[in-house]
Parts: sequence; structure tokens; C-alpha cells
Amino acid sequence: MTEKTAESSRLKTITLKVNQKEYTVDVEPRMLLSDVLRDELRLTGTHVGCEHGVCGACTIMMDGRPVRSCLVFGVQADQADIVTVEGLESQDGELHPLQNGFWEKHGLQCGFCTPGMLMTACHLLEHNPDPSREEIREAISGNLCRCTGYQGIVDAVEYAAKEMRERAE
Amino acid sequence: MSIGASLKRLEDYNLVTGRGQYVGDLQFPDQCEAVIIRSPHAHAIIRSIDAEEARGLDGVLLILTASDLPDDLRPIPMRLSPDPILEKALQYPLAKDRVRYVGDPVAVIVAKNRYVAEDAADFIHIEYEVLPPVTDAVQSLEPGAPILHPDAGTNEMYLIHGRKGEAAERLKTCEHVLEEELYVQRHSGIPMETRGLLALCDEDERLTVYGAAKVVHFNHQLMARLLNKNIDEIRLVETDCGGGFGPRGEFYPEDYLIPFAAIQLKRPVRWIEDRLEHFKATNHSREQKHRVTVGFDGDGRIYALRDEIFFDQGGYIRTHGTTVPSLTQAMFPGPYDFSDIEIVTHLVLTNKTPVGTYRGPGRFEGTFVRERVIDMVAAHLKLDPTIVRERNYIRPEQMPYSNGLSALGQVIEYDSGDYAETLDRARKFMGWEQFAGKQSRARQEGRFIGLGFASFVEKSGFGPWEFAEVEMRPDGRVICKTGLTEVGQGITTTLAQICSDQLGIPYSDVSVVHGDTALVEKGNGSFATRGAVVGGSAAWHAAGLLKEKLLKVAAEQLKVPVDMLALKDGGVVYAEAGQAAMPLEELLTICSDLGISLCEKYTFHIEHMTYPYGCHAAEVELDPDTGALQILKYYIAYDLGKAINPMLVEGQLIGGMAQGLGGAMYENLKYDEIGQLVSGSFMDYLIPTSMEVPEVTTEILENYPSPLNPLGVKGAGEGGTVAVAPAIANAIVNALQEYAIPFTSLPLRPERIREALKQMKPER
Ligand code: FES
Ligand code: FES
Repeated sequence: MTEKTAESSRLKTITLKVNQKEYTVDVEPRMLLSDVLRDELRLTGTHVGCEHGVCGACTIMMDGRPVRSCLVFGVQADQADIVTVEGLESQDGELHPLQNGFWEKHGLQCGFCTPGMLMTACHLLEHNPDPSREEIREAISGNLCRCTGYQGIVDAVEYAAKEMRERAE
Repeated sequence: MSIGASLKRLEDYNLVTGRGQYVGDLQFPDQCEAVIIRSPHAHAIIRSIDAEEARGLDGVLLILTASDLPDDLRPIPMRLSPDPILEKALQYPLAKDRVRYVGDPVAVIVAKNRYVAEDAADFIHIEYEVLPPVTDAVQSLEPGAPILHPDAGTNEMYLIHGRKGEAAERLKTCEHVLEEELYVQRHSGIPMETRGLLALCDEDERLTVYGAAKVVHFNHQLMARLLNKNIDEIRLVETDCGGGFGPRGEFYPEDYLIPFAAIQLKRPVRWIEDRLEHFKATNHSREQKHRVTVGFDGDGRIYALRDEIFFDQGGYIRTHGTTVPSLTQAMFPGPYDFSDIEIVTHLVLTNKTPVGTYRGPGRFEGTFVRERVIDMVAAHLKLDPTIVRERNYIRPEQMPYSNGLSALGQVIEYDSGDYAETLDRARKFMGWEQFAGKQSRARQEGRFIGLGFASFVEKSGFGPWEFAEVEMRPDGRVICKTGLTEVGQGITTTLAQICSDQLGIPYSDVSVVHGDTALVEKGNGSFATRGAVVGGSAAWHAAGLLKEKLLKVAAEQLKVPVDMLALKDGGVVYAEAGQAAMPLEELLTICSDLGISLCEKYTFHIEHMTYPYGCHAAEVELDPDTGALQILKYYIAYDLGKAINPMLVEGQLIGGMAQGLGGAMYENLKYDEIGQLVSGSFMDYLIPTSMEVPEVTTEILENYPSPLNPLGVKGAGEGGTVAVAPAIANAIVNALQEYAIPFTSLPLRPERIREALKQMKPER
């Protein structure tokens, strides 16, 4: 069997919607969704810190829920609707209040955990527009950050929540 | 003035939008990927390696074992504190005939992608003859222990002996003597981004290597040396970097192997360490045993101190040489004035991953031991531990003060400071005076609370020099090139603030360029909290020279003496009245018409380090049933002379505290008796989450600016980390004071607290 046929017989075609844009790609069934996003679609904002589902750096929104993209195979995401950090900004380039919050409140240092934190926090604020600090801490507790000690992140989410509530009024 | 202002970081826009470019984000045409095969045994002889089957796999491009590397290849040398004695235990990029820790690199596979490379790894057959391992530094010194490097003939690679006065004699005459054994466990920086490299080689064998960090220029030279190339045939480029903390950026086996593979293949080769690999491959740190003896009087005044330290180096000497043990030893006395000191440190090899620095190297360990000992002295005498501290502090009028010990080729000489003040503030903030009452009321309710303190002295501003080049472009924007590197600490913003102050322009008009050997002519990099002190001072001077040049031209044009003018608000102003004298635009046009170059370089030299200091305090509550510990209140007072950006300093302190908390309570790189790392994933190596890290109150003091640099700064990188363990341990002991439970080793796991509490539970 030549390399080509071996390969094509393994490939599966999947279609995903990522940040409102549709993509069709051929992937091996064993390829992780995080690798599909990063290497195939070149959306490298989603980071990989552990590949075993603990650090949360690879968190994305899949069909409205925060999901660890290192624990999902690309083929499982066929037909899914995905939002990554690249999709947080509005079309005209305005930052999401959470992005502003992280910037204002020093919610990041190296920035590696930041995309995953943003996606997790985004889900929190969608469901709880006025979280207490304790609730914020609990919500982000599945995302590891090695740099900030989390305090700046909690401040950032609080800041964003306030901004979003004011906007909604 | 932008120095001293909590300005938003220039780094952040890219990072919050996913536009950051970490090494794993880069992709070049034809790129392929490497996987490193590592030893599964702690100690073994390699009998044979058969890679034939793997070579035949579709998509496999290259397989390297030690026999494929040049015969004259040298091992990876030490970067800091090199010593010929240690050279017999250096690491080669691939193990030749013997492996010495689980994770020792044995072969490299390059394939069209990582999935295929990992497939191929299963088809490499390596035959090992397993040797008995040794996994404990003290046992490693026993007669009959397996010798790791037969050439060296011993596992005790180095003995550091430091003394002042006659500790042994003095101990004999002390009223009280206390002897204790304390232990700090293995743990490490564990940045969220693992290491990675991407090496490109063109037709003329010129290399570009992305993913460098920390000490880019040093590694540049070393890479050239090991690869037998001219320095100008290699370019190292720093990408965004997902956390440094010490381990990342040192020269590791992969820093040779990946470029070497790229040269062989003439294709871009990428290697991204996976997390499981990171735990085994990247420098560990911290593991030390201390046997301390202190002699003191009835007032708690300590006169003599003796310590014997066993430093677990792991299987090889890596780039730090003796840095960590010598820093542990030299900084061990901390803020106290002890008249007689004797410290002996054994640097010992074991069959575990080699070690290097991690945030506060040597100080985390030494501070834990010393600050526990202070509390033990207090407990022994039934004195207030804060009073014992006070009675032993070096006083401001004794500054500059040398403790008689040396490290990194320098005698420790504290430049300035008032150690008692930070303790005072901590006592006040934590309500120490009222605490005994609060504690006994809590105890009546069945609650166990405790309050603990820990003082520390840090070091920062490691020399010998740093470089900066500041250029003003015709559009008024400034480019500041620095020899520092960015590992997330915000060097870009810090240097922009410094240039902005000198040149009177907004800090956002400054672009900071770093970590590219093609763009920055030289540098020493970012480690040992040297950035703001040495690199910041270089930028300050370079920008200052540029300012002088600009003002001179302006003065000639305006026909006024130079000292009447200043740069402010994006233009030239009259210094005294502050009114505008000439817009910057006009001045730049004049300079360009006159052919004046607006680029200045400065290399700032510094002979002595500078010493920030402070005090940590923790109030904790213990759950008597589970042993769980809750931190009710945490406080850090830190005097660093001058804060360039207080928000970033606070971020460093709180982030550093979280790492210190991990080391104090959770993190443990634990080995079993056959040398297998049993906590090698995030499932069992526990990093504090947002639920464990408490709200931290910091107080940044600027009372004692450093006399050693023009900015007066002392660094901020490590002070948040080093005193967490003793503050918490002292708080736990305080909560359980009537039970005299020692708590002399880390981590302070809840099961140990629970055990202790169970044992002392009243009989029913
Ligand atoms: S990379 Fe997915 S959870 Fe860590
Ligand atoms: S900012 Fe570095 S890991 Fe969170």
C-alpha cells in the first residue's frame, strides 16, 4: 500500500463552524480538536498546556459550552459550532469587555492561560452576570494559571461583569 | 512621569486577542516534528538500540542516537558558576552508554508530524541493563551506594564550605542550643507553556532557531560552539513565552538536538515538549535536607549557627553549576546578624532529573529552614517569635552589611534596608497584638486558627552588565533594544516607562525589541531578578544620552544654555516654567538635516547585587477533621527601593506567592525507590488553583532605594515566593502551639495536619 492510499483511507472529512466561519477539513480520526484548530485551521489562540484535560488552556466554546479541546477528537466536533479566543472581538475589532478587563486589571502575565481563562469566564458571565468573587474563583478553578496568582483574573472578571451589566442597562 | 505609575501593559493587546506568537504557533512550509525518546529507567547501561523498523515507517524522516552525533561533541557546559570539578558529570545531548534518570534522552525521531513520530517511537527497540538506582542524597553518600559517574568516582561532586567566626567554639558557650533536621521537597517552575523549539536551516546551512528564552545571547554562543558553527551562521529568536520562572531557557539537550536535526534534514524541525515529558526533562529544583544547630541566650539572641546541607542535584550537572547550593548557603542567614556562622553544603548526585533554578533559588529553601528555626527558638524560650526576630535583625545603621559568606563570586553585602519596619507593618496589619485573644475565643468555638510570620532578604540585579540601545526615529517613535528577555514579567512595559520618562514621550511610543540575536547586539538575559535593575539602568542611561544629544541641538537652535531645557510632553520645554520651547517634530527635522544620528548605546555594569526584603504573614484555620488548611488572611510587605510600575510589582508578588504556596503545600516531584517519577502529570502534581490561592494584600515600600543604580530599584521577581512556606508553617504551628508538632518538612500536606490533629485529640 502506498503512503497516499494508507493515509486517505484514514482521513475523515469534517465540517465545523468556528467563529462564524465554516471550515471543511480532512483529518485523521485520532487528531485532537486542539490540533485541528491550531495546526489545520491556523487558529493558534487556543493553547495547549497539558493535553490531559487538567490545565484548561485549550478551553473553547463548543455548541455553547466550555470544552477542553485537547479532550475532544476533531471528528467528534463535526458539525459543531465553535468559538475560540479569536472570536471574542466584535467584527469591527472592538475588544470584548473581558479582554478589556484582563488588560485593565493586569489579569495576565505570560498570557498563555489567558485564552482558556477568557472562554471560561465568558461562559460564567453568560449565565451569571453578577458573580461574587467566590463564584468567579470557583468558575475559573479548572483553569490553571502559573503567573498571576488569580487575583488579577478575578478582578478582571469582576470588572468585565460590571461593564457588561452597565452596557445591558 | 511614567516611572512609578501603574500603567497598562503594552504586551497585552496581542495576548488577550489570541494574536500572541508562542513557539508552537509558528508554522513553516515543509515543517516536520521531532519526538525525543527517553529512558524509562533511572539507572541503566544501554546495551543496544535498534531503530531499523522505525526507520522504515512511512513519514519517518530521521532517527538519531548518540552514535549519529559527531564524535567530538562536547557535553553541555555550565553557564553560571562553572567549576572544573563538576565537569565529569555534565550531560551529553544524547545518553551514550548509560542513562542516569527516567527521562534521560536516548534518541530523536523526526517525522512529518508528531503523530507519526510517536508511532515510530514504539518501533525502536532499546535493550537496557538495569543498574541499582539511588534516589536520596544522604543515601547517595553512603559507602556502597551506586556511583553515577564512574569517572568522577564519587556522588559527592562538590563541597561548599562557608564560615564567619568560630561557630563550633561559640556553640559550646551558648546558654541554649537547638538542633533540627528540616527538609524541602523537589518541585519546580512548571510554566503553563512547555518548552519548545523550531529550527530552520537554509541551503547555506544558516540556522534560525525560534523559541529561545531567558538567556538568548548566551545560548547563541553555546549553540554555535556545540554545532561547530560561526556565530553569524546562527540566529536565535525569542517568541512569546508562556512563563519562565527559572527552568525555561537554559541550554538543554534539545537545544542542540533540534537544530542538529534541522541541519541534517534541511527542513524546519519543530519540537514541542509535552506535559508528561516536561515533568521528566525540564529542570527540577529545591530538594534539600538541612541539619541546623543554633546557639542562643535566654532572650532569644542567636549567636552561633551551623548548618549542614544535602543538596540533591539529580543525575547530571546542568547549566547552573553550583549556583543554587551556593546561594542557599550564602543567603541562609537572611536578615539576621549572627556573629558565628558555619555552613557546609554537599552537592550530591542521585538518579533523578537534574536540577536548576526556580524562582528564589536557594532562598525558598533557606528561608523555610531559617524562619522555622526562629519560631522554634521562640517556642523553646516561650517568647513571641516576632520579638525573637526583632532581637536578631541587622539594624539600618549597620548597612552596608556583609554576612561574611559569598555566592556567585561576590561577598554578600546588603546595600540598605530596615528589616524591622516590614515586620512591624505585618504585625499591625494582621492584628498580632490582639491575636492571642482572638485565638482562644476561636478555640472555645472548636476552631483552630493560627498566625505566622516570616522575614526574608532577596537578592536582585545580578551583573555583570546589561546592554541597551535607544533610537529615536524621525516620526518620534522610540525603539529600545535590550539584552533582557520577556518571560511574562512585563519587561517591555517597564523599559518603555523608563525611556518615556527620560525622553518626555508617551510610553506607548516606545517599542521594545529583545531576544533576537540578529537585532540586539549583546545581552545577558532575564534571570535572578536582574531585569529592572541592570537592564532598566542600561535603558535609563542610553535614553539619557539620547536626551542630552537632543537637548544640545535644541539649545543651539534656541540659543539658550542646555540646562534651561528639558524634554516633556512630547517636546522641548523650558525647564523652570515648563512652557513649550520647540516641538519634537521640529527638533527631529533639524537633527536629520544636520545628519545627527539619534541612536545611543549603553552597557551598564554593576559589581554588587542589590537586596530587597520584606515580611510575609499568614493567618490560617485548620479543619480538625480533615486537616484541610484555609488561609484566612495573607499579607506581604516588600521594600524594593523604587517601583517602576506598582501594578506589575503587585502582580509579581501575588503570582510569586501562589507559586510559593504550591511549594509549601501541594507540589512534589516524588520518586519511588526505583527512581520512577510518580507525580509526573497534572493529575498528581498539584498546582494551586484559584480555590487554593487566597486574596493577598501587598504593601509596596520604597523606603530604601538602592544606592547601586540610578533608578534606585531593587527587583520584584522573587520576593513573593520565598517566604510563603515558613509563614504558613509557622501559622500552623501557632494554631497547634500546645502540641509541639515539629512541621519541619515540606509540603505541608493536609493529611499530615490531620494525622497530627488526630493524635492529639482528647480521648473520649
Ligand atoms: S491542554 Fe487541554 S486541558 Fe490542558
Ligand atoms: S498568565 Fe501565565 S499562566 Fe496565566
